[in-house]
Amino acid sequence: MDKAEFETPELKEYTVVPLVQEGSMAHSKPFVAKPEHQEQLGFPGELVDDWKERALDKMGELLGKYRSLQVFLDACVKCGACTDKCHYYLGTADPKNMPVARQDLLRKVYRRYFTLAGRYFPALVGATDLTEAVVEDWYRYYHQCSECRRCSVFCPYGIDTAEITMAGREILDSIGVGQKYSNEIIGKVHRIGNNLGLPEPALADTLEGLEEEVEEDTGVAVKFPLDQEGADVLLVTPSADFFAEPHVDGLIGYGKVFHQAGISWTLSSYASEAANFGIFIGSYEHMQKVAMRIRKAALELGVNRIVVGECGHAWRVAYSFWNTLIGPFDFLDPAYPAPQHICEFTYDLMQRGALKLDKEANDDKVVTFHDSCNVSRASRMGDMPGGQFIIPRALLRASCNHFVDMAPETINENTFCCGGGGGLLTDDLVELRVKGALPRMQALQQVIDENGVTHMAAICAICKSQFTKVLPYYQLGMDMIISVHQLVGDTLVLGDEQ
Amino acid sequence: MSALTALFALLFYLATAILLVGLGRKIWQYARTPAPLKVPTTPAPTTRAGVVARLFREVVFFESLFKGSKWSWLFGWLFHFGLLLVLVRHLRYFTEPVWAVSALVQDLGVYMGMVMTVGLLGLLARRSLVDRLRYISAPSDYLMLVLLIGIAVSGLLMKYYFRTDVVAFKAFMLGVMRFSWEPLPADPMLIIHLGLVILLMLIFPFSKLLHVPGLFFSPTRNQVDNPRERRHLAPWASALDSTRAQGG
Ligand code: SF4
Ligand code: SF4
Repeated sequence: MDKAEFETPELKEYTVVPLVQEGSMAHSKPFVAKPEHQEQLGFPGELVDDWKERALDKMGELLGKYRSLQVFLDACVKCGACTDKCHYYLGTADPKNMPVARQDLLRKVYRRYFTLAGRYFPALVGATDLTEAVVEDWYRYYHQCSECRRCSVFCPYGIDTAEITMAGREILDSIGVGQKYSNEIIGKVHRIGNNLGLPEPALADTLEGLEEEVEEDTGVAVKFPLDQEGADVLLVTPSADFFAEPHVDGLIGYGKVFHQAGISWTLSSYASEAANFGIFIGSYEHMQKVAMRIRKAALELGVNRIVVGECGHAWRVAYSFWNTLIGPFDFLDPAYPAPQHICEFTYDLMQRGALKLDKEANDDKVVTFHDSCNVSRASRMGDMPGGQFIIPRALLRASCNHFVDMAPETINENTFCCGGGGGLLTDDLVELRVKGALPRMQALQQVIDENGVTHMAAICAICKSQFTKVLPYYQLGMDMIISVHQLVGDTLVLGDEQ
Repeated sequence: MSALTALFALLFYLATAILLVGLGRKIWQYARTPAPLKVPTTPAPTTRAGVVARLFREVVFFESLFKGSKWSWLFGWLFHFGLLLVLVRHLRYFTEPVWAVSALVQDLGVYMGMVMTVGLLGLLARRSLVDRLRYISAPSDYLMLVLLIGIAVSGLLMKYYFRTDVVAFKAFMLGVMRFSWEPLPADPMLIIHLGLVILLMLIFPFSKLLHVPGLFFSPTRNQVDNPRERRHLAPWASALDSTRAQGG
């Protein structure tokens, strides 16, 4: 990527809400899906002739299917509380990246065609006709939202722009204008089983290599089993964990935890992906189809538990939707939550004293934690609200002597998106990604300056990839970003018992 | 019976009917539309009682808005709280004998009219001064505030300068409610005040005032965080579900 094409925003000491700069990101849009990517998902290959009717039909259909959409389009009072909450607005100053303005792109059409006021007094209520220019704006700005839900925390009616973005993308798909990155990947999962298109033999090879590597490093034969029938646990993890840095060190960490706890586990080559981009494009059907592979694999392998690796949106889908989409999980051991997050799994073992950690192994690091948006605002860990903040931090405190949190307005449910979530983790959106990372980079820079932080831990494959890419733009080392389970794994005292 | 009395009596019937039917339709629509997936903004309560408490805090304290914008919260809360007391005070025009709560806030109610106006002016100032708010505001967003300010100010003016015969007005209101009309005092300020109120009632179900029922139906606020314990199938989604069950 050519760094000179745009300017990386400057890190200030505190968040500055920029003045509106109309059109400053109007040039940003991801590659449009090719006909083959569209058709494999059952969408029209290219813009259909009767796009206007079809888009309105689809909007009507979605309004009848999703109460969220219907209520959110009606209820906004334009109070402005959300206007300075989106990292993309803070990073780009484009007013259409203010959550309410992003909603308005859809709302103004909704008002025009579905409400009395908009039908008779369009100018009065800001209703407009559905034109090609509107569709173009939809494509641009519904691909400048990472569906992170930060705006929904601050809205007096809980209006969640992510729901609007999903509806917008669904409408776009239905008229033949899909996004290449997401749709191509969903097709790959349907065909091969993971986002990377990694077939079984390649996966088996990779895991074997990993076993050798870990044995060389530690002298202990930690296994990374694949398709092992009768294993106790099926681990479903984002495919980036299989070889990308720093993800793979997280996978090694999970392996060590399983090894040390003496719990038999397996990966599945059929369901070799926790990520589920169906959610990004708002498609219930595709989300369900992608998730269904996991139910099938669990049944075929005869496991008792399903554990999900470090991934934000995947955990949202698993925690919030799996039971509904692919449940009931009555074939699993009811003694454990189904599904269970790897952090819950490890935390539980720690509580029971099944793991011995030598914190000093991480004494060279000062660690902070990036809360991933989907984990923070769309899911939970453990049995009490907010467990999703407590449990990963408990793991970090147990494995690092030096842990500090970033500024309170940037963590927990207030966390800022990494800038690459929601199907935007693609090189054709790199300017957006760099600018959208600004609030997080600012908070990170602050703890670097004040506390000498050396590493930022995360539990999301997208966050890890995104930070690896954008940290250098802010003159920070890309290896600052690290998996929580790498830190856990590095401190785990491996013994040979069991 | 003056034409004015007849006109306003009829307008009251019309406005009430449109308000009730319009709101009823919207509430029915919200209630009927499925929420196919669990989407509460977390951390969220894990019990029904917790959800009730969450909604209570939203309705009474504007909890999320407080986190979001202190100025909007301050002005918004002043306006709504003032409006509530003013409305309770106005019950005395509709009840005979006057309800105890209404009598209770009798004195306070007037000051609340001022509090409400201050809140509205603050909201209007924010809307016209902050560039982000200007960007997202349609003419109707300003007009709504102007309308409410008009109602509040005309009411206050009536209290202090252009006094109207409240006993006669109450007789009119009760007459309208009992379908045996009594004359409406023909004071211009009263006519303006009533006209604006009727206008507000008429546009309520077609405007952003739908945030009132909307809040109670907002899935991010009214759902219990228990998706691992309970399935949450919408009717249209369970069609997909049974397809799956048959297909393996
Ligand atoms: S905070 Fe909610 S009600 Fe206020 S402008 Fe944003 S979306 Fe609309
Ligand atoms: S969901 Fe996140 S990215 Fe989308 S508008 Fe809201 S804050 Fe911005």
